[in-house]
Amino acid sequence: MFSFVLRRLASAVPTLFIVVTISFFLMRFAPGGPFNLERPLPPQTMANLMATYQLDKPIWTQYGTYITNAVTGDFGPSYIYKDNTVAQLIGKGLPYSLELGFYALILALFGGVLAGTIAALRQNSLLDFAIMSVSTVGVTVPNFVVGPVLTLVFAITLSWLPAGGWGDGSLRFLILPMIALALPQLAVFARLTRGSMIEALHTDHIRTARAYGLPARTVVVTHAMRAAMLPVVSYLAPCAAALLTGSAVVETIFTIPGVGRYFVLGAINRDYTLVMGTVILVAIFVIVFNLLVDILYGLLDPRVRHD
Amino acid sequence: MSSLKINLRAAALLGSLLIGASPALAEAVLHRGNAGEPQTLDQHHTSINIEEFILKDLYEGLTVYDAAGKIVPGAAESWTVSDDGTVYTFKLRADAKWSDGSPVTAGDFVFSFQRVEDPKTAAGYANILFPVKNAEKVNKGEVPLDQLGMKAVDDKTLEITLERPTPFFLELLAHQTALPVSKASVEKNGADFVKPGTMVSNGAFKLAAHVPNDSLTVEKNASYWDAANVKLDKVIFYPIDDQAASVRRFEAKEMDIAYNFSADQLERLKAAYGAQVRVSPTLATYYYAFDTRQEPYSDVRVRQALSMAVDRDFLAKEIYSGSQLPAYSMVPPGIETYGDPSKADFAEMSQLDREDKAVELMKEAGYGEGGKPLAIEIRYNTNPNHERVATAVADMWKNTFGATVTMVNLDVSSHYAYLQEGGAFNVARAGWVADYADAENFLALSVSTNKTFNYGHYTNPDFDALMKKSYEETDPAARSKILHEAEALMMKEQPVAPFLTQADLWLVADKVKGWQDNAANQHLSRFLSVSE
Repeated sequence: MFSFVLRRLASAVPTLFIVVTISFFLMRFAPGGPFNLERPLPPQTMANLMATYQLDKPIWTQYGTYITNAVTGDFGPSYIYKDNTVAQLIGKGLPYSLELGFYALILALFGGVLAGTIAALRQNSLLDFAIMSVSTVGVTVPNFVVGPVLTLVFAITLSWLPAGGWGDGSLRFLILPMIALALPQLAVFARLTRGSMIEALHTDHIRTARAYGLPARTVVVTHAMRAAMLPVVSYLAPCAAALLTGSAVVETIFTIPGVGRYFVLGAINRDYTLVMGTVILVAIFVIVFNLLVDILYGLLDPRVRHD
Repeated sequence: MSSLKINLRAAALLGSLLIGASPALAEAVLHRGNAGEPQTLDQHHTSINIEEFILKDLYEGLTVYDAAGKIVPGAAESWTVSDDGTVYTFKLRADAKWSDGSPVTAGDFVFSFQRVEDPKTAAGYANILFPVKNAEKVNKGEVPLDQLGMKAVDDKTLEITLERPTPFFLELLAHQTALPVSKASVEKNGADFVKPGTMVSNGAFKLAAHVPNDSLTVEKNASYWDAANVKLDKVIFYPIDDQAASVRRFEAKEMDIAYNFSADQLERLKAAYGAQVRVSPTLATYYYAFDTRQEPYSDVRVRQALSMAVDRDFLAKEIYSGSQLPAYSMVPPGIETYGDPSKADFAEMSQLDREDKAVELMKEAGYGEGGKPLAIEIRYNTNPNHERVATAVADMWKNTFGATVTMVNLDVSSHYAYLQEGGAFNVARAGWVADYADAENFLALSVSTNKTFNYGHYTNPDFDALMKKSYEETDPAARSKILHEAEALMMKEQPVAPFLTQADLWLVADKVKGWQDNAANQHLSRFLSVSE
């Protein structure tokens, strides 16, 4: 087990390196640069800026410098948000994204598994139909629609909750963005759980358990659930990585000061270093969560062994 | 985090006990929406109005814009100008102080302007101060910093020497790039001088807190010379780049002021909020440039015809719901020193007459129906409104001339990078927002030596000569006349076809007092107050 984790962590290094390299060069293929604004800068100023940020050096030199610095934890200055380094921007924004994403993940996971289980147990009933209809809506209606509708109802019309901002970080500021963020994922979890639960309930060992006269609760929670959780757990990794690193859409709609927006802003503004920083952040999250899920898999499914 | 909160609460409780139960101490707080997160709070690195609104509350330049958008004395209480218009001597206010209580000196301004022009600073708007003697050379690294035409005669007297008379120099001094920094603070703190707790400023407010992408709080600066007349205790700027989100927060009464919203919301908001909706024509022109280097756009008749065939009323009313105004001149109205701009002669004609004339001109040039085929490519930067405009214009050119029109769009960076680097095109969208309230700022875009902004590479020696003459003229009235002649010539030749004068859209709650719409779009919080 221990050696498995070590091996996985060791293989993460070349993976990260490849991700960084590809993103670095892809970014430079896009036309324009961080200082090509709607109001173009005079050539002299442009030259001064390019020199300051060493963007006038050959691209291989820039790449070499970037890699060397990144290894030591220096991800460079942000070209657009000039008062901050990329590390500072991510450092300031990540706690907000993590907190909101964590709540949304909990809501999506437990809400989704609960709804999916109920739907599976009452297969083809009215309740099943209702849950699946709502989750279809959850998957198909994008959060840039859900978000504004929630604000319109709960903030502007009813004045119960704030329309946006982090405020003092109390729960009332987080409820609407949390729902908007969690809803599509909750729906996915519900659908996954329902499908695998129905399948699990029809397996031989469940029939055996039932035949032994085990209470229905034990059959479902202890035996069926364990098998039914496998697809849910595999989806957990990309979902957690996505939620915890922030959503550009939800953060923009609710003006949350997280890191999600930096993906989009960085790319639009050709803030090369900021894009690289966010790419590395997401890559690390994906790698770590995939590892965690693989470990979890081994615990849930006796057929999987890490040695 | 939670322990900090408890401490704060305890402190607040203690504070209120100490002060005693006096409810009259309610703070006057303005919740002010801003169009996005400031890229920097270093005035010498800013270029956009997101930072401008914040920085002009924090700092005060030699001159400032008042609530009506007029230039008035700022940190300087008065000034004199030499007869030839090249030496300005400013008298700083005796009571002008930094927020740490130290005096604002002429030396601070010399240091600040040198910092702007220092090539090491790489200031984005260094060219704003190029009229100052040797500024451009200093910025290019050709002469040392101390050669810049700035001199601290004594602590409160500042002498600025210019390269040539610059009639709009006082406007330039009110630009955010010309805001001073405290020499002592920058030398001590380096790049960190912009951080809350470190920043020292000389404006009506000082920086209290900054949470990126959430809020930026400034509070009244007790050391400000006119603090007695500053009515707000605190201004909280909310950076919101999503216009719809900004409107929602205004509607939820979380913000008293919201800046810029989508034009298609105008009718609805007007119906709901009446006079709280402000449409304020601004010093900005939306135009299409023709690539005059190539056929058929090198032919003045083709450019005139294409320009005439565009129904500006349609663009303004149908696409922008009246949030922008039809334009027939490059210089927008509302510039005090210029007055009414010189419009193209077809401005007075009806659209139907314009179209007839346009067809005639195009025929003369030998293009369109019965002539050589006319294939036009419109380039614009990706944006739903620009796309609607391009589609409408394409349709007008198709219907009027039977032209084949194609459209290409690129994101902002790529679009302007292409034009700047001299890329060939047919017709390209562009916009210009004034750096300072002067006609020269708009007309200089089409001077043949302007390598960056003269996208179409228009070259007309007569136009260049008029512009040159305008720089040498020190009499304001005579200068204005020359600039009018230059604009008239340009509007006749249409190297660019101005379509719209842009407007700034603001939502200003009834409780905000002291607000005045102005074309310079200047709204210092120092002139505002809130009533409960």
